[in-house]
Amino acid sequence: MAAFRQPQGDTEVKTVLTEAAEQARVRQTRMYWLRIALAIAALLVIVILVNWAAGGSFLEPSNLIRVLRQITYQAILAFGQTFVIITAGIDLSVGSLVSLTGVAMALFANAVPFHGFALILATLLFGVAVGAACGFINAIPVVRLNLPPFITTLAMMLMAVGLSYKLCHGRPVALQSTDFSHIGYGLFLGGLFDRLHLPGIPVVVIWMIVIAIVASVLLMRTRFGRYVFALGGNEEAARLAGIPVARVKTLVYVISGTCAAIAGFLLMANFSSGSPNTATGDELLESIAAVVVGGTSLMGGRGSIVGTFFGALLIGVLYNVMNLLGIESYTQKIVLGAVILLAVVLDELRKRYLART
Amino acid sequence: MPAPLLEMRDIGKSFPGVRALDGVTLQLYAGEVLALVGENGAGKSTLMKILSGAQPADRGSILIDGREVHITGPRDAERLGIGMIYQEFNLVPALDAIENITLGDEPCSGIFLDRKKAAEEASAILAELGITIPVDVEVSRLSVAQQQMIEIAKALRKHARIIVMDEPTATLTENEIEKLFALIKQLTSTGVGVVYISHRLEELPRIADRITVMRDGRAIETRKIADFPPEDVIRAMVGRTLEAHFPDLPPVKADAPVVLSVRNLVRHPAVNDISFDVRAGEILGLAGLVGAGRTETLRAIAAADVPQSGEVDIRGHRLAAHSPRDSIRAGVAFITEDRKTQGLILGMTVRENITLAHLDEFVNREFLIDRAKETAVASKYIAELRIRTPSDEQLVRNLSGGTQQKVVLAKWLVANASVFLFDEPTRGIDIGSKSEIYHLMIELLQRGATIVMVSSELPEVLGMSHRILVIREGRIAAEFSRDQATPDKIIAIATGTVAA
Repeated sequence: MAAFRQPQGDTEVKTVLTEAAEQARVRQTRMYWLRIALAIAALLVIVILVNWAAGGSFLEPSNLIRVLRQITYQAILAFGQTFVIITAGIDLSVGSLVSLTGVAMALFANAVPFHGFALILATLLFGVAVGAACGFINAIPVVRLNLPPFITTLAMMLMAVGLSYKLCHGRPVALQSTDFSHIGYGLFLGGLFDRLHLPGIPVVVIWMIVIAIVASVLLMRTRFGRYVFALGGNEEAARLAGIPVARVKTLVYVISGTCAAIAGFLLMANFSSGSPNTATGDELLESIAAVVVGGTSLMGGRGSIVGTFFGALLIGVLYNVMNLLGIESYTQKIVLGAVILLAVVLDELRKRYLART
Repeated sequence: MPAPLLEMRDIGKSFPGVRALDGVTLQLYAGEVLALVGENGAGKSTLMKILSGAQPADRGSILIDGREVHITGPRDAERLGIGMIYQEFNLVPALDAIENITLGDEPCSGIFLDRKKAAEEASAILAELGITIPVDVEVSRLSVAQQQMIEIAKALRKHARIIVMDEPTATLTENEIEKLFALIKQLTSTGVGVVYISHRLEELPRIADRITVMRDGRAIETRKIADFPPEDVIRAMVGRTLEAHFPDLPPVKADAPVVLSVRNLVRHPAVNDISFDVRAGEILGLAGLVGAGRTETLRAIAAADVPQSGEVDIRGHRLAAHSPRDSIRAGVAFITEDRKTQGLILGMTVRENITLAHLDEFVNREFLIDRAKETAVASKYIAELRIRTPSDEQLVRNLSGGTQQKVVLAKWLVANASVFLFDEPTRGIDIGSKSEIYHLMIELLQRGATIVMVSSELPEVLGMSHRILVIREGRIAAEFSRDQATPDKIIAIATGTVAA
């Protein structure tokens, strides 16, 4: 690179910024801090109001932990979904995959002659293999034929849940082993927390946190993660920059299937059975809502695992608060729907603001 | 003489950094075909967009039948009897001819569509024009020529008296062109005025009554076709002397090896048979009309579109690329015409864009991206290429065109590219940045790079190429050394006015 003109110093480079770029930068920074300050203020006001209305029960540690416990499965689905949505795709099959992998793992666990840790590990790996394989199948028509993932994963959604019911003849498969109970409803370091007079943290919550950290590092710090963003931001430019588009796209659906399998595993452990009707209700749509509310754009190219976590948390808190306030479940759905709508409307307004500047 | 059917007076239009139209005046009389010619960027499209209401003019006025009219949107234009036939048709592919012709003003009985009446109306127009096409199959299954006929019928049903055709013969066969010309003659015999935009100078004597030449946003000259020989048209189109803002090209060393060798490259439909060699330190310019197959040639070399046949060798090694990934590994950089849609991820930062094509180098032992190394390399290129950005964390969306182009270049330098395929390297870039890009190209040469450049700006091709190939219909129509090449010769060959 020696042939290039040597710069006359960084200062010169920095002083010749175009005025527009500088203005945009200032405006961006200002908007950013304004948004954060507003969000924190609004959050504080809401929390205090809610806590007051619920007679102080919202901020109790046991209640906060209950919220975390309730969002665990949705959040794990949403972490996988985040990868897919950042590539401007969608995975509608995750709820069904929870059902399918749960039943499959329960049948597997009852059939194999393992015990203890070996049983747990083998069952989990088996479930993950099933989930990942389904994700791979989801990706094939998307990658090879450029079909919309909406329809290919919709097809998988139907097939997976059908297969799930067929495998277990419509009846939940009870686990014969009790080795899964600690994972399903045990507490993490329960004795220690007990001695400190603190409510224990459920093991499933630890799983969620670990998965969140792994997913976040994968997305934000690895080459694969960078490619996911590039693909969602501009697929053609990514392809022309030599990014293996097909491989990256395939992998995001595999990751989503894997997350579904892990959620299925935890739910199976929690119920001590693999049940075909698990997670075939609102779970799918709420996981998508968590991703979008968490700031990931359905148009792709933008998003984060941390955002998704807070999206899932927001939905969990909303449900929890409405329960504490004694709001009936029908009304809860209306409120939740309104919040999701508000989130996407704000996303659109933000985009228009960006397009204008 | 009667008042012109259409008169555009002193039309001006500016875009940020560019004066697209600088006081254009033209007249169109009833019953004539006015050919509008000019180089790419001369302002023809902008002028027609103003006429069709797609864009507002900054100044000037439009008169129809001698009365001033105000066109603020496509609806106004339609109401005033202005019909546009674009190269890309505005037909709904899944509807048939009847439905397309009556689209937007469908005959109805009550709340239901009156299919019978629609068929009658459409057939009447087609019969009047002497066109026979299947009216009840999806238009997507018809030929381009048939679709064009439907567009014309659609315009006539809206009582268009002024019809603008943009490169109507670009994709037609000779036989279809005959039919189109017959149709145009029939239109003009009923008093319709046609503005006919074309690059194909050789066909104008067959169809046009007068020619208006545009250049640099002005209508330079208008004459009757009989008094306007092709040589004069070309001279009027080119007009200017070469601008002197091009840096000196270093000569190619006598012993410089051939780096890029292309043999019999084919990628249907645009690239039919292209062969050339380029040596280290050389810039090969590809000239030609839009649609001649220049961009497609670059895309085939870079494996952005995998060629159907032909060979590409880089330093004697066969490049059997199945995707851009393969060609990038071989050192090929494809700097696309459209930075925003193909060259950059606008929502990513300068740093992320610069390292994107060669991220392997930034992955540490833990399989994580080494952010500090990324920042260091990005900062180095920001300084060396003088990328005007507040920091490496700026989103490229917020940068100017010239700055964005430098980010693209930095990306390819990080990827260790040695063969640079530039497609319109300075399109949409202001003058100051242009000259910086030219200097960067020369600095690339001094590092031993090999450059192939497609440009529609003739001065750029002439000023920045050691050799020039003129591409026409996917083949090499002529080759010029830098000294032999003149704008007149290139335009004459590119437009097919003379054989090479």
